[in-house]
Amino acid sequence: MSEAVPRKLKVATVSLAGCFGCHMSFLDIDEYLFELLDKIEFDRSPLTDLKHCGPCDIGLVEGGVCNAENVHVLREFRRQCKTLIALGACAINGGLPAQRNHLDIGHCLQAVYLSRPGLAGGHVPDDPELPLPLDKVHPIHEVVRVDYFLPGCPPTGEAIWRFLSDLIAGRTPRLDYPMLHFD
Amino acid sequence: MSASHGRPKKGSLPPGGTAHSAKGAQTSATFLLDGQPVPFDEGQTILEAARAAGHYIPHLCWHPDFPPHGSCKLCIVKVAGRHVSSCAMPAKDGWEVESNTPEMNGERRALLQMLFVEGNHFCPSCEKSGNCQLQALAYDLEMTTPRFNHFFPDRPVDATHPDVLLDFNRCIFCELCVRASRDQDGKGVFALTNRGIHKHLVVNAESGCLGDTDFSKDDAAAHICPVGVILEKRVGFAVPIGQRKYDARPIRVVAMEEDKP
Repeated sequence: MSEAVPRKLKVATVSLAGCFGCHMSFLDIDEYLFELLDKIEFDRSPLTDLKHCGPCDIGLVEGGVCNAENVHVLREFRRQCKTLIALGACAINGGLPAQRNHLDIGHCLQAVYLSRPGLAGGHVPDDPELPLPLDKVHPIHEVVRVDYFLPGCPPTGEAIWRFLSDLIAGRTPRLDYPMLHFD
Repeated sequence: MSASHGRPKKGSLPPGGTAHSAKGAQTSATFLLDGQPVPFDEGQTILEAARAAGHYIPHLCWHPDFPPHGSCKLCIVKVAGRHVSSCAMPAKDGWEVESNTPEMNGERRALLQMLFVEGNHFCPSCEKSGNCQLQALAYDLEMTTPRFNHFFPDRPVDATHPDVLLDFNRCIFCELCVRASRDQDGKGVFALTNRGIHKHLVVNAESGCLGDTDFSKDDAAAHICPVGVILEKRVGFAVPIGQRKYDARPIRVVAMEEDKP
């Protein structure tokens, strides 16, 4: 009698207001990627270039929420993913993009696109295709419910692998002391 | 569990009690910390006695050189069903004290989370990262999420001093710099002003700038900040990641080693 092959878990990943550093760290698990791909398949992700997320078991969200599109994507992830994970510092506390939070967004745009030294004939981009920036950058748990948080800037490949392999095996993910860091 | 221990019998030291064997001979009073007997002298606080016996209780505003402040509440323990600040509460004979329990650590984690969202604590860009007590406690208590909504307060930095930078974004109002500058340096450079959410650290100069005070980078106050507010200029990020104070070992281990003579 042949054993039933367990269904592969569907995993979606996205980088919102992030730098893709957490995704690079994810790729940094190197040969474990082969082991991982025996157990999962990717849905929406920068790795597949799919633009929308189908029903998934695990969603990994890098980066905070800085514009209207981020809010839509994050809500789609929450709708479609059984388990949603905040991956890295920016998703958890806004990180570097949130350094603009004590500044007025209008002043920020003017300083960058209008009054920057050496800039001639600049204008604040107003193409209707561009998502509108929010007045503040928010961690993702301020917008949707988040199941797990994996800190680090970025989390090491080792930490990501430990976390995912725990989760896939049905264990509550828990990082050893040296794997838990905020920088 | 017997609440009153009385005088320890000769040669019957409590388990794990080798660190305080010399002291144990002179004291008669004992309390139980998470089930472990801790001897103490009259007037010693729970935290002091625990520490002398080799047991770490988390804290941020407490420092061995100063009287208890009792503001950070990280050192809360449970005694007879009540929460007390162990840094300020004198120990009593026969007490059963709960400290390293899921309940107390959960409450400490919530206190840390409130401290994190109230200020601007962005570890990746902080020079104190890896050497910061707030961060180290968050690691040790496995705080993975800020849980609450962030305040993102506006707290401009003060870079007016030639040798020292003040980054108020990270201030947790422990008053250690206030106390060190006043009591040890005799300068009174710092103070806390206002109340509640408007409370903040100020510099005692007409301009409010550190550069206009007699503050020196050799002051005790320049080296006492548990977080990354008071930073000496031109030395940041000198120690690589992996070799910093709390990179490999948790604060509960590092702190107890620092206590050893």
